[in-house]
Amino acid sequence: MKIAVCVKRVPDSEARIKVGADGKAIDEAGVKFVLNPYDEYAVEEALKLKEAGGSGEVVIVCVGPEAAQETIRTALAMGADTGVLLKADKVGLDPLPVAKALAGELKDGGYDLVLLGKMAIDDSSHAVGPMVAELLGMQCVSAAAHLEMGEGGGKAEREIEGGVEVVEFGLPAVITADKGLNEPRYPALRGIMMAKKKPLEVKDAALESGGIEVVNLAPPAERKAGRIVGEGADAVPALIEALRNEAKVL
Amino acid sequence: MAGVIAVLEQRDGTLKRVSYEALTAARALADALGGEAHALVIGPAGIDAGDVGTYGADKVFVAADDALTLYQADQYAQIAAAQVGSDDYAAAIVPATALGKDLAPRIAAKLDCPFASDVTSVRHDGGVVVTRPVYAGKADYTLKVTATPCVVSLRPNAVMPVEAKRDATDEQAAAAESDRTAAKTLEIKQPDRAAQDVAEASVVVAGGRGLRDAESFKLIEDLAEAVGGAVGASRAVVDAGWRSHSEQVGQTGKVVSPNLYFAIGISGAIQHLAGIRTAKTIVAVNKDPDAPIFKVADYGIVGDLFEVVPRLTQEIKQAKEG
Repeated sequence: MKIAVCVKRVPDSEARIKVGADGKAIDEAGVKFVLNPYDEYAVEEALKLKEAGGSGEVVIVCVGPEAAQETIRTALAMGADTGVLLKADKVGLDPLPVAKALAGELKDGGYDLVLLGKMAIDDSSHAVGPMVAELLGMQCVSAAAHLEMGEGGGKAEREIEGGVEVVEFGLPAVITADKGLNEPRYPALRGIMMAKKKPLEVKDAALESGGIEVVNLAPPAERKAGRIVGEGADAVPALIEALRNEAKVL
Repeated sequence: MAGVIAVLEQRDGTLKRVSYEALTAARALADALGGEAHALVIGPAGIDAGDVGTYGADKVFVAADDALTLYQADQYAQIAAAQVGSDDYAAAIVPATALGKDLAPRIAAKLDCPFASDVTSVRHDGGVVVTRPVYAGKADYTLKVTATPCVVSLRPNAVMPVEAKRDATDEQAAAAESDRTAAKTLEIKQPDRAAQDVAEASVVVAGGRGLRDAESFKLIEDLAEAVGGAVGASRAVVDAGWRSHSEQVGQTGKVVSPNLYFAIGISGAIQHLAGIRTAKTIVAVNKDPDAPIFKVADYGIVGDLFEVVPRLTQEIKQAKEG
């Protein structure tokens, strides 16, 4: 099985986000960047499928800046075979140009399966996977927390409000990964050493500009400081009083 | 004149609350543009879209077929894209639910148009302008759309449904090709039919590591039941396997905007605080008076949650009965 995994370089979830001087993007100084956590599930699933099948190829594809080579190397260190960086110094807020760049790269690759994280934790668009599927005319299940492959297709489960949707699909398909799909492996030292020698192709992404313009990026409005209504269980009546008569939410 | 269309969501033939939120946002944007607000309903045969006019729809397009009872992504996307593409719409507004998060980007890809995901407001300011929290709430983008139509998905609970009576007329929606090979949704397994989703609930009671073990979450469940809310969880307790990821609140879980949020035994890691920033009222119970959660909470009780929470549950129950 030939599997592509599309990944993104994102700020670590513990990173403090500061708005940059232009007021339109974050200040990247001192921010640690990582492989998007949801993409780790996608990489792990691809590796598991390759191992279960006994053969196959896992290709990592990424749209991002030069520094995203490091992100791709992380996935290669986990065990993926090769990487492609579609280089773009600036990636806009409209997900469609990114999806088009990925679809263009994947189109003639003969992939049976394209895996992505369900969303990137920076802009949380939750969009690129379904868009790539539409652009390639592939079947798609997004936010899969459980995946079972069979002959020529498979069955996925995705969490929805108050339940779990069971979806049957045929190959080739695009599947986006949710937390719970698997437990991603840590790259071992041997994997990290091997990753340095694995092929990583870099080419220009030639992103379209997209139809969304940034007016500004601002820190969220600070919440007004609240108050401690009291200590221990004896403070409960005062809390209920406040919720009823001040906040009017009970 | 450019109008706006809301793509509504149903479950078991009944429109969900998020549908009225999307419709309210569509009505307000249409008024600002001087156009009409339309609605698209996709669901089972005989679906009742009767009260859609009450929330401001001038026209309702209905695609009703028992094959569309469950979310069939390929067919839903075909119908929605055809409908959105059939008129001079400035925007299509879709609820940012599990369904909408899958459907909305497909519509944008089919129509080759801009997409803004999970927005908390949509307005008109020389074009369609949206507010889009990013980094799970650590910053907000204000974005302007430069092409029409655009597709936006609207975060649940970000807009309160407002009645705006119109005499909505029902029309037949665009149809999907039925013979395409596509992924098929077979069923919805419902582990707990009564459980509300943490992202949609107007009250959320969330527990953290302060509960010490999975069994103690009974305290959280009891309080959630007393206030009629959903159960939420911090990343630490989900990672520990005490609760399911579906309940996780924060950057790698769900971002929530309930009216009332209880943070019980949650110290308040940055990625958790980001996820609850747009909650209207936050209540924290924690034994550590220096816990970061108290910096964002409107009301706090410093104390042992094992004493505070049962008392809180009991008094809320009594208050409701009285």
